[in-house]
Amino acid sequence: MTPSVVQLAYLVASALFIFALHWMNTPATARKGVYAGVAATTLAVGATWAEPTVGHPLWIIGAIAAGFVVGVPLSLVPLTAVPQRTALSHAFGGVAAGLVGTAEFYLRLAENPAYLTPFRMTALIAEIILGYLTFTGSLMATGKLQEVKWVPQRPVTFPGQNVFNFGLFALAIVLAVTVVINPTAPWALLAFPAIIALALVFGVMLIIPIGGADMPTVIAILNSYAGLSAVAMGFVLDSKLLITAGALDGSSGLILAIIMCKAMNRSFTNVLFGAFGQVQQAKASGEEKVYKSETIEGAAQVLEQANLVVIIPGYGMAVAQAQHKVRELYDQLKKRGITVKFAIHPVAGRMPGHMNVLLAEADIPYTDLVEMDEINPDMPQVDVALVVGANDVVNPAARTDKSSPIYGMPIIDADKARSVFAIKRSKNPGFAGIDNALYFSDRTWMLFGDAKNVIGELVKELAGGSGMH
Amino acid sequence: MNNEMWATLYVFVLASFIGLGVIRRVSRLLHTPLMSLTNAISAIAVVGAILITGGDYPLRIRILGAVALFASMTNIVSGFLITDRMLKMFKSEKKPAGGGAERS
Repeated sequence: MTPSVVQLAYLVASALFIFALHWMNTPATARKGVYAGVAATTLAVGATWAEPTVGHPLWIIGAIAAGFVVGVPLSLVPLTAVPQRTALSHAFGGVAAGLVGTAEFYLRLAENPAYLTPFRMTALIAEIILGYLTFTGSLMATGKLQEVKWVPQRPVTFPGQNVFNFGLFALAIVLAVTVVINPTAPWALLAFPAIIALALVFGVMLIIPIGGADMPTVIAILNSYAGLSAVAMGFVLDSKLLITAGALDGSSGLILAIIMCKAMNRSFTNVLFGAFGQVQQAKASGEEKVYKSETIEGAAQVLEQANLVVIIPGYGMAVAQAQHKVRELYDQLKKRGITVKFAIHPVAGRMPGHMNVLLAEADIPYTDLVEMDEINPDMPQVDVALVVGANDVVNPAARTDKSSPIYGMPIIDADKARSVFAIKRSKNPGFAGIDNALYFSDRTWMLFGDAKNVIGELVKELAGGSGMH
Repeated sequence: MNNEMWATLYVFVLASFIGLGVIRRVSRLLHTPLMSLTNAISAIAVVGAILITGGDYPLRIRILGAVALFASMTNIVSGFLITDRMLKMFKSEKKPAGGGAERS
């Protein structure tokens, strides 16, 4: 029987977790949220360690120490690598849930089969399926984001993919039902590892058809799965703390996934049933269109004359590591009394909120980061919209061209600004291969080159100019 | 199903609603730190891992537990540290930024 003190500690920890997330509602209190989370986890670990059944302190200390050895360096990755770090930590969370579930099953089977009631067995199977599929799925996502050589970057699709995946999943469910009905039967000992294997394969299959632009949604979904596997573990262990913390994590992943879906005009079922990447199928546009390009000097002059400049960053800014140069440009413009805002699209980058973190790293005050819905009504008053490594999220075809694969997706209305500068690496169409109508607009001038270099040149030009005053 | 199981289901449903309510209010600026924070929070699976690792169980069972404990602990440590590291970077305009005084 768990002592009341331990139960009380779990209760307090649950409340602290809720506070931790509550304090994330504004950047001003967010760090308090981290402290609440640390306190809650410490309390939970301490209380569990104090349980009478827990011995072998050297094992526990050793594993915790190993966690620190790997965890500390993982927290120091450059911020451009945060998406893959997040994916990797989902993998760790998944494998932890899967292994605990596996251990529980064999343990109870040997010692106390009566413990494995249909309720607990259902939870346990849910735990291992979610845990192991999150493990391999997140590893694949990590590989794609890190651009590991043997992980295909482009979506891998084959005929009958959905049928095959559904078949795998259905097979796992059938096996699961047999194990739930009779966990002590001889075939259960074969079916259980088979379920694990199927979940591991399913995780890989789930991620290979996904392209980079869909990563924010996928990471959010994997986040949700990791939480739900903790919930399932809570049901197995009768731990309300695990259920609470897991449910918080599960709903967080769910909400983020829904926000991402809305921002791409995709239905949630469309994403859930693995149709990821389909939207990326490019269609070649027939007519030959012409870009207008602009020189650095010309662009600098226009920027100098502006009252209101909106910078629209995208994944390209992260790739080029251009955020610090962007900060210098921001400073140069601010110095001239020009108002500078950043327009952030919810799916810009490779995970929810990616751009905000990069810009915050470059010391840009978060008060100048504006959400899409807030900035769009003001776009016609904007003198210059500067597009840095963003593409689909500013493509007006999403509003006008019904045949476009991104039709209906909410975009930042860069085309409504008085003038637009778009920085683009080369004249080839983007990764998705979708023509961006913005680039051919009357008001748009292209600045070709690496984002970091182009902005660096702009800063130099502006700095030189101000010296002559 | 006995009362205890129904109680756990109630906790799940209520906690999910609290989660939906609380997360909906999280600032969009902070969605990346939110994700690393929830990562660390869901590593509460560490509780299950400790129970398995520390129990008087066969060796192979405890090895599974120890690996799970290691994985959860990695998430706890790196999750909280990186969340704090990112949050430290979010500054409002009040601080004396270069050229701030010249803003019109």
